[in-house]
Amino acid sequence: MTAIPLGVPRRLVEFTLDGQEARVPEGSTILDACRAAGKDIPTLCQGDTLTPKNACRVCVVEVEGARTLAPACSRKAEAGMEVRTDTERARHSRKVVLELLASSVNLSTTPRAAEWIKEYEAKPDRFGPDAARVDEEPRVDNDLYVRDYDKCILCYKCVDACGDQWQNTFAISVVGRGFDARIAVEHDAPLTDSACVYCGNCVEVCPTGALSFKSEFDMRAAGTWNEAEQTETTTVCAYCGVGCNLTLHVQDNEIVKVTSPHDNPVTHGNLCIKGRFGYQHVQNRD
Amino acid sequence: MDLHFGDSKPTDEEREAVDALLGPPGSAWETAFGDSTVRSDADLRWARGGRAARERRDLLLPGLHAVNDRVGWISEGALDYLCRRLTVPPAEAYGVATFYSMFSVKPRPATVLHVCTDVACAAKGSAELCAGVEGRLGLGSGVSVERSPCLGLCERAPAALVVRAGSPAAGLGDPPPDSRSSHAGEAEKAHATAVVAPATPEAAVLAASAPETAEPEPPASLAVPQAGQPGLTLLRRIGVVDPASLDDYRSHGGYSALRRAFELGPAGVIREVTDAGLVGRGGAAFPTGVKWKATASQPDRPHYLVCNADESEPGTFKDRVLMEGDPYSLIEAMTIAGYAVGAHKGYLYLRGEYPRALRLLGNAIEQARARGLLGDDVLGQGYAFDIEIRRGAGAYICGEETALFNSIEGYRGEPRSKPPFPVEKGLFGKPTAENNVETLVNVLPILTMGAEAYAAIGTEKSTGPKLFCVSGSVERPGIYELPFGATLGELLGLAGKPGNLRAVLLGGAAGGFVRADEMDIPLTFEGTRAAGTTLGSGVVLAIDDTVPLPRILLRIAEFFRDESCGQCVPCRVGTVRQEEALHRIAERTGAAAAGDIALLREVGRAMRDASICGLGQTAWNAVESAIDRLGAYE
Repeated sequence: MTAIPLGVPRRLVEFTLDGQEARVPEGSTILDACRAAGKDIPTLCQGDTLTPKNACRVCVVEVEGARTLAPACSRKAEAGMEVRTDTERARHSRKVVLELLASSVNLSTTPRAAEWIKEYEAKPDRFGPDAARVDEEPRVDNDLYVRDYDKCILCYKCVDACGDQWQNTFAISVVGRGFDARIAVEHDAPLTDSACVYCGNCVEVCPTGALSFKSEFDMRAAGTWNEAEQTETTTVCAYCGVGCNLTLHVQDNEIVKVTSPHDNPVTHGNLCIKGRFGYQHVQNRD
Repeated sequence: MDLHFGDSKPTDEEREAVDALLGPPGSAWETAFGDSTVRSDADLRWARGGRAARERRDLLLPGLHAVNDRVGWISEGALDYLCRRLTVPPAEAYGVATFYSMFSVKPRPATVLHVCTDVACAAKGSAELCAGVEGRLGLGSGVSVERSPCLGLCERAPAALVVRAGSPAAGLGDPPPDSRSSHAGEAEKAHATAVVAPATPEAAVLAASAPETAEPEPPASLAVPQAGQPGLTLLRRIGVVDPASLDDYRSHGGYSALRRAFELGPAGVIREVTDAGLVGRGGAAFPTGVKWKATASQPDRPHYLVCNADESEPGTFKDRVLMEGDPYSLIEAMTIAGYAVGAHKGYLYLRGEYPRALRLLGNAIEQARARGLLGDDVLGQGYAFDIEIRRGAGAYICGEETALFNSIEGYRGEPRSKPPFPVEKGLFGKPTAENNVETLVNVLPILTMGAEAYAAIGTEKSTGPKLFCVSGSVERPGIYELPFGATLGELLGLAGKPGNLRAVLLGGAAGGFVRADEMDIPLTFEGTRAAGTTLGSGVVLAIDDTVPLPRILLRIAEFFRDESCGQCVPCRVGTVRQEEALHRIAERTGAAAAGDIALLREVGRAMRDASICGLGQTAWNAVESAIDRLGAYE
């Protein structure tokens, strides 16, 4: 049985989306409207359980009368607005943003990145071989998860998930500024010396694989990670009585990682250290 | 929230610096060094801190300043102690401390010599200055030499700023030169700052070794070649009044505008400002009356007034000269603005690189408060208003209105996305009117001469007098006041235009270049727009043909790369790619540069269209104009 959250009824806002009449509940974003209309707008930093940070700028669209492009993920639809999602101008910005990202970080584990790069004919190589890259070694300082900032696009989702939007642990923050800005814990210490409580909710929301389970990281390094062969089983966590949903990802009869369904109205994909990482006892066969 | 701290402890000096700002800890829990003997019986029954401390999050930046001023850098122990006192997560505070260029989280000498390497100083030999200074101050000299973006001393380029950490001087900022103690021992040197401009390597090194005895700065009036001339409006008191004396200010017409404001009432003031046609002078040219009316009419309370004195645009120094030469005028103007928008608290966000303005404004606020011109009952009119100065710490982006709010609130100075606009949700999420210094100071003549007379100055769409920051290759650099509508040629004529003028940078690094043969461009918002350029913040930086243009463009690109907050991709990576391309074509022209120029255009267009704020949106303007108008790489 799926619980259906019932919100307060909302008025409908009427506006124009690519020349078509669109009606969405008040408070909806342009991206919500696009998705409802079956339009596929690329986005990286938008998260279904978090307030949009609109930092990646891949989802920009043209709003009639506005000087600059608007991020579809966070701009609310307003009555009478005229929005165009597929203009040359919007496509140009998306292409360049994808080029800028792909030339500076490793998008190999970012879902759909390759597809969008192809669709927008982005050529990340054209900045030359000397183009500055983030170029960092993965930080492996604990047995639960790995931070590989070479893959980080600074979407702020982990910061928001660790901070006031979900976990309230505030163990991570953006430090430095400009191209040198990085995600870090206090004093840029190893994770084990930080305020981290290993809930793994940052890993859950990371859109690029910059944060990954140690199990997944090791298997990728060994070449044994095979998503196609994995099965997913959603069950209830047995540790306490809250009843959080766990999705067990199983490959070769071993649990390789644990996620949680985002549409669960209670947990919205969040877990604690036990639910997320405490599964070894299940497969202890001795 | 359950905060986690490491084992790092503050030194006594660091703790003193924080306690001097926040007061002694209310209970041992606030310090929580794990030493249970320190806790009193009362402490074991309840803990203060928590929500009450968290509501003082905006003291994070002043706290970081307190430690940095005292010790010269911010250690783990000091940062953790400040976080315990304010209940701020250390990771967030670390993110804030590493955001600002004037702070260091790594040990460094107590004395830092900031040498300006920005456009105006670069044209006047900052490279030689840096080399000379570094040649004399080797390792072990106890001085850290740091290359700095624009210090706002363009009329006296090249410039340097010395900041020495030490025990706090009495009062706000630094003591006047005569009362500076010369007997302070080596062990406990006092916090001191010194501005050296124009700087030679010898003078800069001398000031770095003993900032308390450095040559005093020339008076602000020397930055105003027109000082004392009749017909000035905004600059009329510069060089005429004693900037430290409230009586002198009043004897020169001070506080008559505030009296008029009380006669008119808040709505009346807004009507006058609207009728006068005043628009913002910070660069965006938004109608001030509209902003004030929108703020005043918000039902949410309290309302705030913020004065943006974070003048960091390379080539801009008019606000510094106004604040140093006529500080009370800003205090009076802020009081009027606060009254008009229904605010009882005004924040004056001053960039960290202006020690003299800090000192003079601090004094002006104290004096005004002592005389009932600020406080619970301003001029006996039953209106309560007070002003707090907040010091920036080296971040151009904090001049962006919403980044400035984040900075005051104790967060990283990253811009917020709009809407909602500040008039609706600004500082602390409340309706806020934010105005630049020059904009506010314009309110005084509007009220004293009346909207009609004010609007008669200038042109129909750009009313009033305007300040221009003239620097670079001119005979008399400085701040000039002209009515809107004067031409670029007329302005440069006043300042002494060089015979070999190559180009003029209008509006600063975020503005654009115009050619030497475009002297008839009218200096108005509409006139510059029609000419395909911008007035921006009023920068007029003259470049003669001896200055290598590609070098200037590289410096502008470097500036934006350095000052990008890093929040959005087009700006964070785009500014880097822009600088790389300019490096590749630094010595190339024509076909050899064509590929990279095409690349620059594509990246520039995306930065302009897709960046979150004005920094990324304008980062390509100057370079583009140099290519298109000056033929920089042909």
